[in-house]
Amino acid sequence: MALDAALNRRRWLRTMAGVPLVALAPARGQMPTSGPAIGSGYATLLPEVTGGRPVRAERVHLEIPELADNGLSVPVRVRVDSPMSSEDHVRSITLLAEFNPRPVLLKVHLGPHSGRAELATRVRLAVSQRVMAVAQTSDGRFWSAQADVLVTESACLDAS
Amino acid sequence: MSRPSPARSGLVFAGPTVRALQADDFANPGMLWVERGQKLWSEPVGPSRRSCGSCHADALRGAAASLPAVDAATGRLVNLESRIQACQAQRQGIEPAAHESDALLALSAYVAYQSRGMPVRVEVDGPARPYFERGRASYHRRIGQLNLACSHCHDANWGRRLGPETISQGHGVGYPAYRLEWQALGSLHRRFRSCLSGVRAEMLPQGHPDYLALELYLAWRASSLPVETPAVRR
Amino acid sequence: MVARVRVPAVVRPAEVFVVRIAIQHVMETGFRLTDTGRPIPRNVIHTLAVRYGGQEVFRAELGSGVAANPYLEFPVQAVASGPMVFEWVDDAGIRGSETVAITVAG
Repeated sequence: MALDAALNRRRWLRTMAGVPLVALAPARGQMPTSGPAIGSGYATLLPEVTGGRPVRAERVHLEIPELADNGLSVPVRVRVDSPMSSEDHVRSITLLAEFNPRPVLLKVHLGPHSGRAELATRVRLAVSQRVMAVAQTSDGRFWSAQADVLVTESACLDAS
Repeated sequence: MSRPSPARSGLVFAGPTVRALQADDFANPGMLWVERGQKLWSEPVGPSRRSCGSCHADALRGAAASLPAVDAATGRLVNLESRIQACQAQRQGIEPAAHESDALLALSAYVAYQSRGMPVRVEVDGPARPYFERGRASYHRRIGQLNLACSHCHDANWGRRLGPETISQGHGVGYPAYRLEWQALGSLHRRFRSCLSGVRAEMLPQGHPDYLALELYLAWRASSLPVETPAVRR
Repeated sequence: MVARVRVPAVVRPAEVFVVRIAIQHVMETGFRLTDTGRPIPRNVIHTLAVRYGGQEVFRAELGSGVAANPYLEFPVQAVASGPMVFEWVDDAGIRGSETVAITVAG
């Protein structure tokens, strides 16, 4: 990655060095699940997302490159095994990156009208890390999948 | 005169994510600028309420493949962006869009997109010759704290690894292009600035005569490669 | 804000079809500084809602971890011909919308 991203990361680290971690919590009303501080990892992040309920590493399929050409745009696709009926469907899918400054990347709400439980998007990854997808089904239970992504840096500096 | 043979698009040296993005015209974020350019193209502006489309019915299909070229009226070398700016100032009577502005990127991407798939073929003889020679000299001149010329990477070492990347042949046929690094569409002249900052040389402003001449030399090097705008690059 | 939406031209009744949307937006993280050291305020599209067939069929809450010029792809089950309406809003309060026609036949 070139200059911008590398520089920005450096600038960001410099900027953040003097900031109390609590200041990194999102503004009220935005992304209510993205509370935990940077680097705290899934041990504290996951309970925030699930309200402390157990998460089973089943039913969720996460497709993301093992090696990202650039951390600024990493394609990701999530599928969840579900009949998507009114009685039994996926309610939401949340994408997490534990070492991003804001670890909750996005949350989408689905329902029986979705027909299938699937989502594709592109995300930013600040550093190489384990990405996690968490799905909540209509019975309130949580399911997950995770994948390690190696984010490479650009060879050349870009200050354009 | 040497140039890489056969000429290979930068796409060949890109990673799977970049290639997949460019292969899918919906997923390619550069198409957002093309879409905006299409709207701007048909928007009547200025005192004469003329749109680009009122004069150029075919959206200048093929034009981008033969630029830069010497403008017969002024004797100056013009590229697509400066051509659009001249039209805005002289024909539409409006303030020309600034270099690297969203509007100029959108319009130039839209026009270049009309030439997508057409082989690059520029005139380098006649009145274009001095510009071509100037561009060639720039290309081979060592610059910056790293003391490198364009040719050191893109003629002598293309296909080799530099960190996690593979060095390309340095063709500009996909510009304006969407670079993941920029998280936006950008011009070829912005790409020049990226390379110059990479070798720790002084960056020139977009539209500088040296950049125009270099653009002509690059277009000659890329002869026969198809226009890819809007390409996706890392 | 330019946005592009793609849906199939025609879908069969009850068919599950793919909806794709891309929106031109910087998705400014709030962590970057200008060259003179001033912080650039965070500005991301934080909500996207999609309505079709009389109900909300998709909603996304986006953060700064979503790539610039956000792209989303998701399935929807066909019910009847009619508009599908996309609405979004960013941190600066700028709203955008796009409407496409869903044609159910067969």
